[in-house]
Amino acid sequence: MRVVVDLTRCQGYGQCVFAAPDVFTMHGQEALLYDPDPSDEQRARVLRAKAACPVQAIHIDRFAARAAGRGPQVYPDAGDGFKRNGRIVIVGASLAGLRAAMVLRREGFAGSLTLIGDETHEPYDRPPLSKQVLAGQVPVEHTMLPRLAELDAEWLLGQRATGLDLTGKRVRLADGREIGFDRLLIATGVRARPWPNEAEAALDGVYVLRTIEDAIRLRARLAAGTGRVLVIGGGFAGSEVASVCRELDRPVTVAERGPVPLFGALGRVIGAIAGEMQREHGVDLRCDTTVTALEGDAEGRLRAARLSDGATLEVDMAVVALGAVRNVDWLEGAGLAAGVWGVGCDAGCRVFDINGVVTDDIFAAGDIARFPHPSYEYQFLALEHWGNAVAQAEIAAHNMVSDQTRRWAHLALPVFWSSQFGVNIKSVGVPTFADGVVITQGSVAERRFVAAYGYRGRITAAVTFDQAMWLEFYQRLIEQAAPFPPDFAMVGRPAVMEPVPAEVPPRVAVAQGATVVVTGHDPGERRAILVRRPE
Amino acid sequence: MAETCVFDRILDHANRADPYPLYAELRETPVMRRKDGGYVVSTYREIVALLHDPRISSIRPEPPEGGSPPGDESLPGLPPAFIRRDPPEHDRLRRLAMRHFGPPHSPGRVEGMRRQVGETVTRLIDAFAGRDRVDVVDAFAYPLPVIVICRLLGVPTEDEPRFRAWSEALVETLDPRAGEAVERRRVAAGTELRAYLDELADARLRQPSDDLLSALVTDDAEGRMSREELLSTAALLLVAGHETTVNLIANGMLTLLRHPAELDRLRREPDRVDAVIEELLRYEPPVHMPPVRTALDDIEIAGTTIPKGARITLALAAADRDPGRFPDPDRFDPDREDKEHLGFGGGVHFCFGAPLARLETQLALSELARRLENPRLVADPPPYRQNAALRGPRHLHIEFDGVAPATTVGVAIADGS
Repeated sequence: MRVVVDLTRCQGYGQCVFAAPDVFTMHGQEALLYDPDPSDEQRARVLRAKAACPVQAIHIDRFAARAAGRGPQVYPDAGDGFKRNGRIVIVGASLAGLRAAMVLRREGFAGSLTLIGDETHEPYDRPPLSKQVLAGQVPVEHTMLPRLAELDAEWLLGQRATGLDLTGKRVRLADGREIGFDRLLIATGVRARPWPNEAEAALDGVYVLRTIEDAIRLRARLAAGTGRVLVIGGGFAGSEVASVCRELDRPVTVAERGPVPLFGALGRVIGAIAGEMQREHGVDLRCDTTVTALEGDAEGRLRAARLSDGATLEVDMAVVALGAVRNVDWLEGAGLAAGVWGVGCDAGCRVFDINGVVTDDIFAAGDIARFPHPSYEYQFLALEHWGNAVAQAEIAAHNMVSDQTRRWAHLALPVFWSSQFGVNIKSVGVPTFADGVVITQGSVAERRFVAAYGYRGRITAAVTFDQAMWLEFYQRLIEQAAPFPPDFAMVGRPAVMEPVPAEVPPRVAVAQGATVVVTGHDPGERRAILVRRPE
Repeated sequence: MAETCVFDRILDHANRADPYPLYAELRETPVMRRKDGGYVVSTYREIVALLHDPRISSIRPEPPEGGSPPGDESLPGLPPAFIRRDPPEHDRLRRLAMRHFGPPHSPGRVEGMRRQVGETVTRLIDAFAGRDRVDVVDAFAYPLPVIVICRLLGVPTEDEPRFRAWSEALVETLDPRAGEAVERRRVAAGTELRAYLDELADARLRQPSDDLLSALVTDDAEGRMSREELLSTAALLLVAGHETTVNLIANGMLTLLRHPAELDRLRREPDRVDAVIEELLRYEPPVHMPPVRTALDDIEIAGTTIPKGARITLALAAADRDPGRFPDPDRFDPDREDKEHLGFGGGVHFCFGAPLARLETQLALSELARRLENPRLVADPPPYRQNAALRGPRHLHIEFDGVAPATTVGVAIADGS
């Protein structure tokens, strides 16, 4: 049986652990880990766990649960017969693509549905890869997402899309085939950013972590040795890998370019707390430090790493955790607003063409989509979060089969979570959209607290360490643009509640390597053109 | 106002058997101010919001001017248990208790009680043999949770009757309208229970066993409980875990007897019991209102401002029948996909003993359904207890044609193995 827990919703009540302690475990006070593919003899217990979940976050064997409340309204066809006879192609067969496909069927789309994915596997769930899979608690093949059989779709797995013909409405595949569509969903996501030096990246012992294959290789090597692991990059992925290394009693060094780990996501103040956690757990954390070179021995095995702080470390393995690269290559020349920043789209997931004009039949969702969020001054956000992929795919799928009077907007606040060093970190809003941060509840010393972020006098984000049950209160404050700093009398309020500067990285990162130039004079001939420049 | 306020009518015992039409009336004012200045919240979204609102305190408020003291779960002379505390103290005490009851440290404890609880259920139903009529409350639902809590805490079997008497005296006062005589009984029982638990804790300290009290008293975790906190916690498990479970089982049997097709399906499909219980927790929950909360600050909700200092009653049972959240809410439907009920509350005060209540009720209802031949209600509605907050039948007399023999099969199926 296949299980997926929506950890965006999970608040750590632990009822599933009581019901099925061999399937669900609590790592620390509220970080839930689970086996996504438990044996059939656990079935009764897992069903009991699903029933008992106070926030109904457990999905079994399928993954397009009804929206809460009145349930989905299935609207009639727009009158063009599209719902009956249309052709929808989804490029990208991972979480967002699968979720969209399920929602399309839920919404009554009965036409032809094709999913194209370059990985050979069925869609699988990535978050466990850097946690329970890497720690060896769950076999990697247990991460398959529920469930494709009843979807009635054509699966083109192991097929890479190489091009898009917007005029002819065709997707080109690597083997030369062309797949026609009436409407297209782009959900090709991201891939791990490789180590920039190709020769060094090819050394035996240098890893990235994004795919199942990555996880298998990394897990095997982690289990086999005892030497030092170098984690390059102290973001969420890097920090989770470091946490697992410590669990496995591996010596580990984290080299982080910024002043603290998680700097890019949470800023300096809260990142510093995450840094203390790392050091308490024996991580050799080196901030403001980059890796300048990886060195191999005569057999091409990684042997040492040179760091910008002058140190040379003997290491067994290096895990490159430098973030992600968006899979937009196949869209080159297609005439869409697609580049290193992702695929630009509106809040209804309709993709912009290269001139910034919205298209009618091309949609995007998931890690690759870059969309404007009204709560953040309509700035365009591209979010590499599990919860965003799920929520945005649902919006995209709905809009693909709805006429313009019934379209939905993707207005969900970003939510993400990470479990590391036995602490469950959750976030709502955009923590980097901030000029101040304040601890509003709990205790930093105990690693159980809520931090609220604000920008120009209103609250814009909140981050909890093992305090997930309070998160939805802050979510409402953010949605209502409530004043920052919040100044309520409340339980668990610390004696001193003084905001400090947030010290977040600059939000507008100049996209390297690509620029758009505008040409032409008459309104009818003005055009944007994407030009690439050497990095 | 000539007409009695709808909330007063809900508290009126005359309306105990069916408060649901009154809840519908109550929901017309999602956040209602009472004439004593307290507030009642009755719609789903608003209650969920308040359960997660840190501006709400669970510390027991001072009694209203001229009013009777509200229910008190704590024992005389002891500090309040975590149900009446706020973070960070609440979190510390609850975490320490959870170390020996559930995850992360003791994830298998409750599941590990399944066989024992199943045997108790079997024994209680065996005693029905040769009769054609029993009171499900007195003969079954009432003794079961006390026996289970005694086993959990490590109270010797021979002391169970005393435990049960204390428990009865203590839960009586959870009623918002309990009087002075009841209060005197509570103090007397509370004093005895405290002395008993204190002595038992000493004994377990000298010679620990594998029970919860031994674990608590020998715990050397950081910030561990003082003896007084430990006694408060043990008493809370007894008091809060007793009446609620009685009502869940009794309400469950009553509801199944009112829906014979469901009872029949449960008999044939014992695995259905989990869905039945979750729907029961929504449809006929044992806790209609949790202990009164207090606003620490002005709280704006659903167009109303609850002022700082106001007492807040969360009408969970009204919210679980909110048509804005559950389609066709007055229908008992275990097949309902959406089970996000508030039967156990929510937020940091989410029912501590929920897994144990579920376990007991799973075994109780599936075995009653399987073993009782042609069971039927003697009186509908049955007589109800006074208490509006912890609502349940005082008696549930049923007639039946016979009792099927005990097997271990029932337990094995419920075990999923």
